[in-house]
Amino acid sequence: MLRQRIYSDQLTFFQKVRSFDITLIISILALGIIGVIAMYSSDGGQFSYYTVGHMIRFGVFFLLMLILSFVKINFWHALGYFFYVVVVLLLIYASFYGITVSGSQRWINLYIINLQPSELMKIAVIICFAKYYHRMQLSNVNKFKNLLSPIIILVIPILLVLSQPDLGTSILIALSGLVVIWLSGVNIKYFIYSGLVFIVSAPFVISFLKPYQKLRILTFFDPERDPLGSGYQIIQSKIAVGSGGMWGKGFLKGTQSYLEFLPEKHTDFIFTLFSEEFGFIGSIALLIIYSIMIYRIIAIGSIARSFFAKLYCYGFGSAIFIYIVVNMCMVLGLVPIVGSPLPIMSYGGSSMLATMIGLSIVMSSKIYSRQLIS
Amino acid sequence: MISSGGDSGLGGKLNKISRRMFILSTAKVIVFGGIVARLFSLQINENKKYLTLSDKNRLREWRLPPVRGDFLDYFGKVIAGNTEVYQLHIVPEEVNDFKALMVRLKDILNLSEKEYVKIIRKKQKQKPWETLIISENLSWEQFSKLNLYLHELDGAKPVLSISRSYPYKENLTHVLGYVSRASVSDLNENEIIKNNHVPGLRVGKIGLEKTFEKDLIGTNGVQRYEVNAYGKRINQLDHVDGVKGKNIRLTVDVEVQKLANDLLRDRSGSIVVMDIFTGEIVAMHSSPSFDPNLFFHGISNEKWKEIRENPLKPLLNKTISGLYSPGSTLKPLVALSALENDVISPDLMIECRGKMELYGQTYHCWKKEGHGYMKLRNAIKQSCDSYFYEAARRLGVDRLSLTAKKYGLGEKTMEGIFLDEKKGLVPSTKWKKNNLGRGWVLGETLITGIGQGYIQTTPLQLCLMTAQLANGGFKIYPKINLNESKDSLEIIKNKILERIDERKESQLGIIETGKKFLNYRVDEYKPLFRNQENVKFVLEAMFGSTNEIYGTSYSSRFDDKKYQFAGKTGTAQVKKITEEQRELDLKTSEIPYEDRDHALYVAYGPYANPRYAVSIIVEHGGSGSVTAAPMAKKIFKLVIDRHDLREKNRLGKFINT
Repeated sequence: MLRQRIYSDQLTFFQKVRSFDITLIISILALGIIGVIAMYSSDGGQFSYYTVGHMIRFGVFFLLMLILSFVKINFWHALGYFFYVVVVLLLIYASFYGITVSGSQRWINLYIINLQPSELMKIAVIICFAKYYHRMQLSNVNKFKNLLSPIIILVIPILLVLSQPDLGTSILIALSGLVVIWLSGVNIKYFIYSGLVFIVSAPFVISFLKPYQKLRILTFFDPERDPLGSGYQIIQSKIAVGSGGMWGKGFLKGTQSYLEFLPEKHTDFIFTLFSEEFGFIGSIALLIIYSIMIYRIIAIGSIARSFFAKLYCYGFGSAIFIYIVVNMCMVLGLVPIVGSPLPIMSYGGSSMLATMIGLSIVMSSKIYSRQLIS
Repeated sequence: MISSGGDSGLGGKLNKISRRMFILSTAKVIVFGGIVARLFSLQINENKKYLTLSDKNRLREWRLPPVRGDFLDYFGKVIAGNTEVYQLHIVPEEVNDFKALMVRLKDILNLSEKEYVKIIRKKQKQKPWETLIISENLSWEQFSKLNLYLHELDGAKPVLSISRSYPYKENLTHVLGYVSRASVSDLNENEIIKNNHVPGLRVGKIGLEKTFEKDLIGTNGVQRYEVNAYGKRINQLDHVDGVKGKNIRLTVDVEVQKLANDLLRDRSGSIVVMDIFTGEIVAMHSSPSFDPNLFFHGISNEKWKEIRENPLKPLLNKTISGLYSPGSTLKPLVALSALENDVISPDLMIECRGKMELYGQTYHCWKKEGHGYMKLRNAIKQSCDSYFYEAARRLGVDRLSLTAKKYGLGEKTMEGIFLDEKKGLVPSTKWKKNNLGRGWVLGETLITGIGQGYIQTTPLQLCLMTAQLANGGFKIYPKINLNESKDSLEIIKNKILERIDERKESQLGIIETGKKFLNYRVDEYKPLFRNQENVKFVLEAMFGSTNEIYGTSYSSRFDDKKYQFAGKTGTAQVKKITEEQRELDLKTSEIPYEDRDHALYVAYGPYANPRYAVSIIVEHGGSGSVTAAPMAKKIFKLVIDRHDLREKNRLGKFINT
């Protein structure tokens, strides 16, 4: 009991700093720097708009993450539902007063940055579920009442984000939410049942999709169907990655991106640009760094004493993994194009903010790993 | 395990989550493995394919317009060439204030409102990095003024470009034709244009420019650029020079051509001069003409309308496409045909009373009071119609038609060179039956005998006919491309002799016939007569017509033997003359222009040693002796004066080309 008190309340500042997960911080820094390098290349080898913006965001939010790391894990647990409700309200606000960019109303103007609440929701959902299952006994998890609430918690933001419309983000929210629910011990059969229901209802769902979304699905199955239209992105992205070869075309020498053939190269297709210039070797290196980061997050989860921290870390680590996989599969032509950024590397403040907040909770889990939450 | 919750469920919960996390981690490793495999397949396995696609994306070739070959005249003067023109280009993207620049330029270049609007409209149609041509052809004043103000015209680029030019302007228009922007049909019809096409390419539209397109066009230069996704050129990677088209040397003499143009100034008609042995066309001019340079940069509507609606039809190449009754210029041929067919002898005496009656129709001689009794030579010399009515009556139209065709009438003479050449018409009983469905009438034979009626000829055909008479009656092919004319006069004369011997020997064998079938122009220099004396007789009679008193072109004669020529006048009726009009006997100037007779003249010279044939037609020019024959005199003077020079150049011709 003595040791517990020492770890829970009376850690000195230096003790906290010493328990920082250095590997995790280094991997985050590495990804941030690689992101800035890629951004510099996407600006045509100049320190201009995107490079500078990305550097500032990464710098500011990285510092924010370090500071938030000192926040006790109990705080996140206590505010778990509150955080979720606030983001839901922001989503509702965005759907009324949000800024519309290229047909999608998903941003709130905060003067300094345009906030995208749907990105924050990716994290909020995980915190919310972590809190929800924290105290629940395993025997109660599969009770009907306890199955219904998570579904409602998950469906509300998904519908709000879908209505923006933003298919990509809503899929990511759904996937990360489902992973947490599964980790918490919900019987696998429910997933199988709902999977069947989804497949059966898919045709009806598709009939509600916007024409451009249907087009994207069609295009995925046959990109050459319309090479200058919606298939353009997939084709050009594959050309860029494929032409990179073993060692890549070299820094600032990616012709596909330099000559503007790559669409959305700052955001969703930043990996394409990186892969064209640094080749197979560079891409593998990048994947390894991401793997180390995810490994560290899950490792922290495994040493965390509290179920909240554990479930959160496992859930967040898996969510990050899902973001990476969806983004890469998308740019490599393995899944249809849905807007989904690559964590830390893609340009975009809200995504960076959400990722950094998420990481700070992981860091906090490490620092306060012995902390128990009552 | 220390547990604050203390409930027994936590252990199971932790077990469960650990187990599930383990499953999930395994799945993650597999998925990452999948991504690595995908990367491997794209970047390592299919690298070549995607590299090619990437190059296809970024590399683009720009073809430069090919440089067109020149046309040279016989003496090597450039008659169609390329000159540098000053142009003004703007790349709108590189201009800060396009509108202000345009307003300034409008002022400096004196652009009309219409031109200004046209440029603005053109700008809106193209991409901002594409070159906008403000002016294709700046005058020197404009160019120098522009350079003076250039420091304040940011973005305006005065450049030197190449343009087709015809330095002799209207003098050779109908020979050379002109070039203009390639149209869709040009591309479809001509493979070589398609292969070398670049936007704005000028191709031959008519005349020799069109005929020799494949020799003249040359090949594209190529510039290879790296471009971005929007097609903008980023940098130049490669440059390959094109090959200039072939130069073509023609047989025409610019000086003679210029004289022909002067002689026919403000008149409608044609002058052709031909070498009677080589068939080389020394000059062929159709009047009125126009300046072909106008077409290069696109002719203005007003100018085009002016040319198109001119009643003298400048667009028609009258030398090859103008159809005229030969009138009395046909008489030497009629006489030859009658002699060759033994229907008359030179001594046949016929009385001309000014008119004769046949089946109730009256046929008039041009001389109302009649020529009285005369023989064939005199009838040619004085162009007695009555004599030729009788000769034609005895000959019949079919035999006449055979001779006429043999001497080049009624057939295209330069097939494949001038694409718009007309055949003309040599009537026969069979032709009338087939085409008009009626039988031949004797009266029609009579008027055919004086070159009226159905018969229609082009000035080039008349010149060829005269040339083939003047060379002693041997087949020649008119030539305008000097490459086709390789033989010197001695060789030709030898060939002629061989041909006569050949004919004496016997008919052509089967092998010879086969050779004839395969060989191009195997009948060149073939004798066209049965008895050459008949040809000589006709030629001598033509001498009388020009050089003896009472001859119809006596007033145009040369006394100097060097220039002395022999010819035959013609005055072709355009309209049937009524009895009242015949009574009035109006002077040419008193008749309305469209009703006036065409004046014709065919001649060869110098008489002592013939070398050139000339045919002249002046539409509605009145009588041949008054209008056309004096022109021939000037032509012969110049052509014979230049003969020695021409022969000297012949020796050096393979060095020159």
